[in-house]
Amino acid sequence: MSGLPAAERDVASPGPHDPGYFPPVSRRRRAGNLVFWGVCLIALALVIVPTVWLVAGILARAIPHFHFSVLWTRTAGLSGGLLQPIIGTVLITIGAMIIGGAISVLTGLYLTEFATGRHRGVLRGAYEVLAGIPSIVLGFVGYVALVVDLHLGFGFLPAVLVVSVLTIPYITKSTETALAQVPSGYREGAEALGIPVSWAMRKIVLKSALPGMITGFLVAAAIAIGETAPLLYTANFSDQTPSLAHVTHQGVPFLTSVVYNFSELFQPVNSANILSYDAALLLLVFVLILILVGRTIAARARRNAE
Amino acid sequence: MAATAPVAGPGGEAGSPLPRRVGSALGSALRRGSVLRWLGGAGAVIPLLALGFILVVLLIEAIPAVRYNGLHFFYKSVWDEGTGYNAVIVNTHGVKHLSGADYGALPEIAGTLATSAIALIFGVPISIGAALFIVERLPRRLANGVGIFLELLAGIPSVIIGLWGVVTFGPILARDITPFIARNMPDVPVLDYFRGNTGSGEGLLTSGLILAIMIIPIVAATSRDLIRGVPILPREGAIALGMSDAQTARKVTLPWVSSGIVGAVVLGLGRALGETMAVAMTCGVALGAVPGNLYGAMTTISATIVDTLDSALLDGTGFAVRTIAELALVLMVITLAVNVAARWLVRKVSGTALPVGRGV
Repeated sequence: MSGLPAAERDVASPGPHDPGYFPPVSRRRRAGNLVFWGVCLIALALVIVPTVWLVAGILARAIPHFHFSVLWTRTAGLSGGLLQPIIGTVLITIGAMIIGGAISVLTGLYLTEFATGRHRGVLRGAYEVLAGIPSIVLGFVGYVALVVDLHLGFGFLPAVLVVSVLTIPYITKSTETALAQVPSGYREGAEALGIPVSWAMRKIVLKSALPGMITGFLVAAAIAIGETAPLLYTANFSDQTPSLAHVTHQGVPFLTSVVYNFSELFQPVNSANILSYDAALLLLVFVLILILVGRTIAARARRNAE
Repeated sequence: MAATAPVAGPGGEAGSPLPRRVGSALGSALRRGSVLRWLGGAGAVIPLLALGFILVVLLIEAIPAVRYNGLHFFYKSVWDEGTGYNAVIVNTHGVKHLSGADYGALPEIAGTLATSAIALIFGVPISIGAALFIVERLPRRLANGVGIFLELLAGIPSVIIGLWGVVTFGPILARDITPFIARNMPDVPVLDYFRGNTGSGEGLLTSGLILAIMIIPIVAATSRDLIRGVPILPREGAIALGMSDAQTARKVTLPWVSSGIVGAVVLGLGRALGETMAVAMTCGVALGAVPGNLYGAMTTISATIVDTLDSALLDGTGFAVRTIAELALVLMVITLAVNVAARWLVRKVSGTALPVGRGV
């Protein structure tokens, strides 16, 4: 720089460490760079805009007619509130979490800790294929096998069984991932100290894998809350309050059925449409709560790990 | 004292760390972990049994229908349950059915493949572009915020997306966008598919775009995690060689994660093929006809199953339900074939396994 005449030295272009530096590339490459990132920015906008539009659209139609009394008023035909569907959705989700969760945690535990080689390959392949089966096929099989052939009728039991099978792949996968991430040093140290295997599993390995497993449970809960097609043919719908006393031969109402069957697609009655939007609003709120809880748990787990 | 010192059990395994007098078989089995192993094995077998159960039930239900419907199930476009006024129960080759029963699933199969194709054509480039922008350009906090959007979109139940498609998106497409496209398409025979009657907003284009919206979170989130995992050294090497960051992204980052992105695309395709409610609400469920142009009402396999199961129950011979079972079997075969082909492809290119589930 000292070799330049004084006039040019003062207005020389910024060096690599000055702000506003851009390497001396051709205008064409700079333009190409801009075009590429511009296109990617448009892609990002195309991801965000439909999400915002969707949520805003549903909120705009649901909120003007929403009363909190909808939460505790019973549904009577095509009007009223959403009490029974809410109870139905909550009960079906909890049931699916318990049954599906128990099976999946045991599966994940077995696959990570005890199975080997081809054994593991076959079992893992089984639940990966299960993940790819469309939910309507599971609902159809549940209808044909459970509702009709086993004479269980529409009810809580077939619905919970079908939704449990639906959630198995997600919880199993996250359990497997979480258990695999537990450092093998924990297990080896426990064995070196003479701790029995079951004690080590319970108190050490499962405890440290718990945040990952809970994330899987939350994902499965979100799926169970939002499922419609399989439930339409195993739980049907009814106006009766769902109770654990009647798990078969009594239809279970659930929120997504309200969204589908009470919508403008099928019902010209205004009170039904309003209930449909209210149910959609409640579902959105549930899903949002699940997502925020999941993120909080993940953040706290990360903080504890560091 | 013997009661408080750790005692080695029979077989030489380590004793319990707490003073215990339990010498029973159950107690030692619990400590050894064999009960846990047995429980775990029992649990792990259940998904396998469930899968077998599903396949067996579908096959048992579908085989009579396969025998009667034969090969023309795959190229005819008709859906007649035969439940009219003069319905008579007839027996053909040992299969009981109504006399007018005639089923051809070409619209369903073509519709499933077409909507999934549209979803992939629109969804995959948008997802990959968005993922690249999120990882390479956005500051960390904005990237986390966008991550929440992706999780929200992935978690929204499909009925709600279908409801939005019916009341908002479909009408806007039909009123403003599709007439514009149909008017301005050049009058070339190849592009005839884009011209013509633009319908009411329920059809192939609408359901394809809705499916694209539904697969975007899966593909984008998985791609974002993959791109984030590309090591820094190759990227720095490219910049050191003088490549701009756009060129780095195109020539270094994307090829590095190409097999993972194939896996993500297949996940999205799997979701698109099986998606039921949103498509059932926005496709118009035209059971017996392949649409004449891009905007016409059509149907897919899952939409047909959801919509016709109710009326299939009116068929006393049960044959309509059996035909639906055959449809479900076709859908399962398509989905399984796609999954297996993708896993084979990914394993051939790299050594890694595909992710399972929604991937967000």
